[in-house]
Amino acid sequence: MKILTANRLSDGEAVWYAADGTWAETIDRAETVADKLGESRLEAIGKAAYDNDEVVDVNLIDVVVTDGIIRPTRLREVIRAAGPTNRTDLGKQARASARHA
Amino acid sequence: MYRYDEFDHDFVQARVAEFSDQVERRLAGEITEDQFKPLRLMNGVYLQLHAYMLRVAIPYGTLNSKQLRMLGHIARKYDKGYGHFTTRQNIQYNWPALSDMPAILADLASVEMHAIQTSGNCIRNVTADHFAGAAADEVADPRPYAEILRQWSSVHPEFSYLPRKFKIAVTGAKRDRAAIQVHDIGLHLKKDETGALGFAVYVGGGQGRTPIIAKKIRDFLPEEHLLSYITAIMRVYNLHGRRDNKYKARIKILVHETGVEEFTRQVDAEWAHLKDGELALPEADIRAISTYFAPPALVARPEGDEALRLARLDSRSFGEWLDQNVVTHKHPDYAAVTISLKGVGEAPGDASDSQMEAVADLAERYGFDEIRVSHEQNLILPHVARADLRAVYDALVEIGLQTANSNLITDIIACPGLDYCALANARSISVAQEITHRFNSLERQRDIGELKLKISGCINACGHHHVGHIGILGVEKKGAELYQVTLGGSGDENTSVGEIIGRGFGPEDITDAVETIVETYLRVRLDSSEIFLDAYRRVGQAPFKEALYGSEAKAA
Repeated sequence: MKILTANRLSDGEAVWYAADGTWAETIDRAETVADKLGESRLEAIGKAAYDNDEVVDVNLIDVVVTDGIIRPTRLREVIRAAGPTNRTDLGKQARASARHA
Repeated sequence: MYRYDEFDHDFVQARVAEFSDQVERRLAGEITEDQFKPLRLMNGVYLQLHAYMLRVAIPYGTLNSKQLRMLGHIARKYDKGYGHFTTRQNIQYNWPALSDMPAILADLASVEMHAIQTSGNCIRNVTADHFAGAAADEVADPRPYAEILRQWSSVHPEFSYLPRKFKIAVTGAKRDRAAIQVHDIGLHLKKDETGALGFAVYVGGGQGRTPIIAKKIRDFLPEEHLLSYITAIMRVYNLHGRRDNKYKARIKILVHETGVEEFTRQVDAEWAHLKDGELALPEADIRAISTYFAPPALVARPEGDEALRLARLDSRSFGEWLDQNVVTHKHPDYAAVTISLKGVGEAPGDASDSQMEAVADLAERYGFDEIRVSHEQNLILPHVARADLRAVYDALVEIGLQTANSNLITDIIACPGLDYCALANARSISVAQEITHRFNSLERQRDIGELKLKISGCINACGHHHVGHIGILGVEKKGAELYQVTLGGSGDENTSVGEIIGRGFGPEDITDAVETIVETYLRVRLDSSEIFLDAYRRVGQAPFKEALYGSEAKAA
């Protein structure tokens, strides 16, 4: 499975392309695709968003989906989706724990 | 310290205005990312994993309290309450928004700071001995020359598009605390037999994927020839350095492939045209710059010895800090203090906004308004009266910066690694954290003695692992982190590149491996005066291999 990720131009925030056509700030809303056709569609969306100056550093990344939870295969992308492992008070993970508090 | 003149102010203000305009046009979609990227890099703005990163220049690691307070202010207002001090004596912010860059740069300019040439294929921040101007073993303060190089290299029209980035370091002492032999150019300021000042010039050192120790191409370059000779080196590099392959583009590869003799010949031929021209430094100009770095008026404070004797009796932890983090000053009543940014479980080099402000207060009150950033990612108060050391220590306790581990195994250099960096393959900070927890006992650390441990999260070697007595390099293997260990590296006047000891270790095993190496050292050392590096150089890899890999090592 693959998802589309990038960083938002204005503030650099890591974002993922969601099924509702927006760039989500958390990976759980990312749209997953399972075939070449889907990948090509996401790539085209990414290129358009890049050309439109919404996002930079656009990439399709590999993920596995288990029980509905999206997890990137590379540690780099796991950390990108959560935040620095030495500072769990920062990044996306901090918002998640704040929500659950 | 150096103060901007009118030209400097105008230059930095003009750059702030220019880059602010470029940011605005980028945000408005008037310029593309491809057009903008080289512009943002020239102004220290990177894109990392979680956000943009801004690298701010701290020339030769010297700051005053006003500047450090501003760095704290920026951390609080535009970032997430902290900054990361780097091995180039700079500071990085990990979370600034692109839209805030104009405001941040304006704030920096208000205290004579900027982010120019902290990235890109140009001459980067010139680094210097962090004890410059204070060290008892120093021949002369190297910072005036670093400042001359800064002025000369700033937006130098000929050297702004080099084959690759270019790093210069200067030391004024025989004991090299600036790692000059792993720089593109390393300068050792010294005196000849007549007492005149000049430099031993080293060229072509560097770390990264191809670690090479610099070669000394001139034993004594009189100070007035500094700029002409370095220009000659830069011209040879700019002309012949490879531009076809990024990994072979540093001057170290050129020197290596050309051969030292031929390279030196080319430099000398170029220098012959330049030597007596406009780049010759007038004596008056050198002395004028030097006056900015005149030592503070250090009044006699002889009461320090008795005060310290009593304070030692009063507090064991103060005594330990004194032994570990305080070094001899030129003036017998004063000392240079290392403020460790390597507390147990902390990210090496990170300091919070309030810690920066508190250190600025200490510098103002006790340290003649001066702070240094060391390439080992600590802060330094270079001039503190011995009589005031207890007060400084007590204040550091208040802000959690009293860790007494300078030069010990937990005084780790670590790059940001995969927790922040877009280039990294593995984490560095987490490894540093675990090692500091494992070697938490100061008694044990002091028994181990001087041991420089350095960690990089990728082959680019920002964490200086090649010159760590113990070096750790994180790589990615089959999607997981793997840590390769090198032993015997050193970045001082006897520079050596560490040797790979054997196969790597997973994240769960790397701290055990370090402990095994340390225990082996304790077993083989002649006595406690033989530090790890000396013991390794004496006994070689064998006992360490055996301890780490057992019979497998014997078979190999």
